[in-house]
Amino acid sequence: MTPPLLTVGDLKVHFPIRSGLLFDRTVGHVKAVDGVSFEIAEGRTLGLVGESGSGKSTTAYAALQLLRPTAGSVRFDGRELTALRGEALRQIRRQMQIVFQDPHASLNPRMTVGRIVAEPLQAHGIGTRRSRRASVARLLELVGFDPSYTNRYPHEFSGGQRQRIGIARALALNPKLIVCDEPVSALDVSIQAQILNLLKDLQRDLGLSYLFIAHDLAVVRAMSDTIAVMHEGRLVEQGPADDVYLRPQSEYTRALLAAVPVADPERMQQRKAERRRPKAAPGRA
Amino acid sequence: MALLEVSDLKTHFFTRDGVVRAVDGVSLAVEAGRTLGIVGESGCGKSVTALSIMRLLPTPPARIVSGSIRFDGRDLTSLSERELEDVRGREIGMVFQDPMTALNPTLTIGTQIVEVLQRHFGLDRRPARRRAGELLAEVGIPRAHERLDDYPHRFSGGMRQRVGIAMAIACEPRLLIADEPTTALDVTVQAQVLDLLDDLRRERRMAMLLITHNMGVVAESADDVAVMYAGQIVEQAPAAELFSRPEHPYTEALLSALPDLEDLEARRSRLTAIPGRPPDLVDPPAACRFAARCPFAERGDCCVLEPPALRELRPGHWIRSAHPASERHLSPV
Repeated sequence: MTPPLLTVGDLKVHFPIRSGLLFDRTVGHVKAVDGVSFEIAEGRTLGLVGESGSGKSTTAYAALQLLRPTAGSVRFDGRELTALRGEALRQIRRQMQIVFQDPHASLNPRMTVGRIVAEPLQAHGIGTRRSRRASVARLLELVGFDPSYTNRYPHEFSGGQRQRIGIARALALNPKLIVCDEPVSALDVSIQAQILNLLKDLQRDLGLSYLFIAHDLAVVRAMSDTIAVMHEGRLVEQGPADDVYLRPQSEYTRALLAAVPVADPERMQQRKAERRRPKAAPGRA
Repeated sequence: MALLEVSDLKTHFFTRDGVVRAVDGVSLAVEAGRTLGIVGESGCGKSVTALSIMRLLPTPPARIVSGSIRFDGRDLTSLSERELEDVRGREIGMVFQDPMTALNPTLTIGTQIVEVLQRHFGLDRRPARRRAGELLAEVGIPRAHERLDDYPHRFSGGMRQRVGIAMAIACEPRLLIADEPTTALDVTVQAQVLDLLDDLRRERRMAMLLITHNMGVVAESADDVAVMYAGQIVEQAPAAELFSRPEHPYTEALLSALPDLEDLEARRSRLTAIPGRPPDLVDPPAACRFAARCPFAERGDCCVLEPPALRELRPGHWIRSAHPASERHLSPV
């Protein structure tokens, strides 16, 4: 079997809590990520689920070295990232890209669509101005965005179209891994389906690996081969998607699954009765 | 007669770019003790409908251009601001989406609830405070009486929404309007808040107008459902009927675009996306507003030439489409 593309081992991200007016003292730590391990195989998707504040995004940022982890190892394509600095890190980052949640905040409003998508190429000194223009057109076409709009600005487009621009930008450097951090949670259902299908198609055609972060368990199921459930900085459960959904092992996963509303009043009545029977769900209200 | 009856409501926004027909002919009724869910995607007019009922929209740019809103027999559109203040909070309570912005960050929650009780019931401070503590306990806030002196930022999102609900039910309103009450919350907390709203409604025989984009939330909480699209109600039916026998092509498309938590094939299959997007409400098509995205509308159909009327397909099941699911085997209209 080929080794996994990304292996994260015992990852920890602790943030100091500082106090004091004159002298900064560290009075404790927030253990945002506290001993997380997982793997992502080439061409596969790991779905990371959990409620807000559970540490999903911090885990992803630490894996990409956008945030330096406090401890633990991150191996990507056979190389240890936590030891890399400067140019070496910059080079390997081309292989790892990210698509953000908010397509309004993650695109520079003063750049045209064309410049936004070309920026990664430019930053890494790839191609000439002319060849970059051709790449941008090809990338936009790939994500189903009309390339004749390259000279327009992000505000002229809807949320779904903007998310396509963000995906085109993430694809520009031909990455192997894309972190999708809540890529559809700001979108309406009908548009959400378009974007999820696009991500599925791109994975099939380009052999991408995804670290797919979302709080919507149905969305994660539709996208993931394996699922990791995160709660208070730790993974409480991890396994093949069907196992986690059909035979959840941890109490927390069970409560999480039971809380999801489904679009069927009959099933909903049963779920509600089940939910109310045992002790109250965990998670702070 | 229903507790709330909205008929042919039109709320338009008069902007520099033209008149936005945000709500364009909405009729609905909420019976005492029942929950009507309004579902739809962003911009469909569901929140503007709610805010129109409460007359909470800024005028200008918004204006209710026609229609009536009858609450317990009185037409709210003809009340003065003064008279409305006696209805808002007292007879119609409202829970908003974002519990952080709905509460005043500079006042303790005790002060905020006491204010409501004093305004509407003329209670003295001391009994009002006692009542405020009871209300917090009723919505499930631990150590309720001690927490009256805390500011909103001391509460988590779910607890803050409970505070918002306590304020909304403080005057025992007969109708509660909840606009995306759980959208900002995590699923486990959402489940708790929906259960709470359900219990309160049952115990107090309150009517509820629940506005949400989440089909699961309506399936869980609503007795009746109205689906809105581009400023209009396109389908309305009892919840069990709507989910088991959806008739409008838009409702069907929305339901099949949702990933299913229990679908074993979900990973391997594609979702059914709805192509295109909703029409511009400055200049909506003079035809069925869903026609451009509808898989059944064909050139020359009457629905692309003129807007289909809202009609009752089965008792209690209303639809605004020329191509309801149960008529598709028939020859095209």
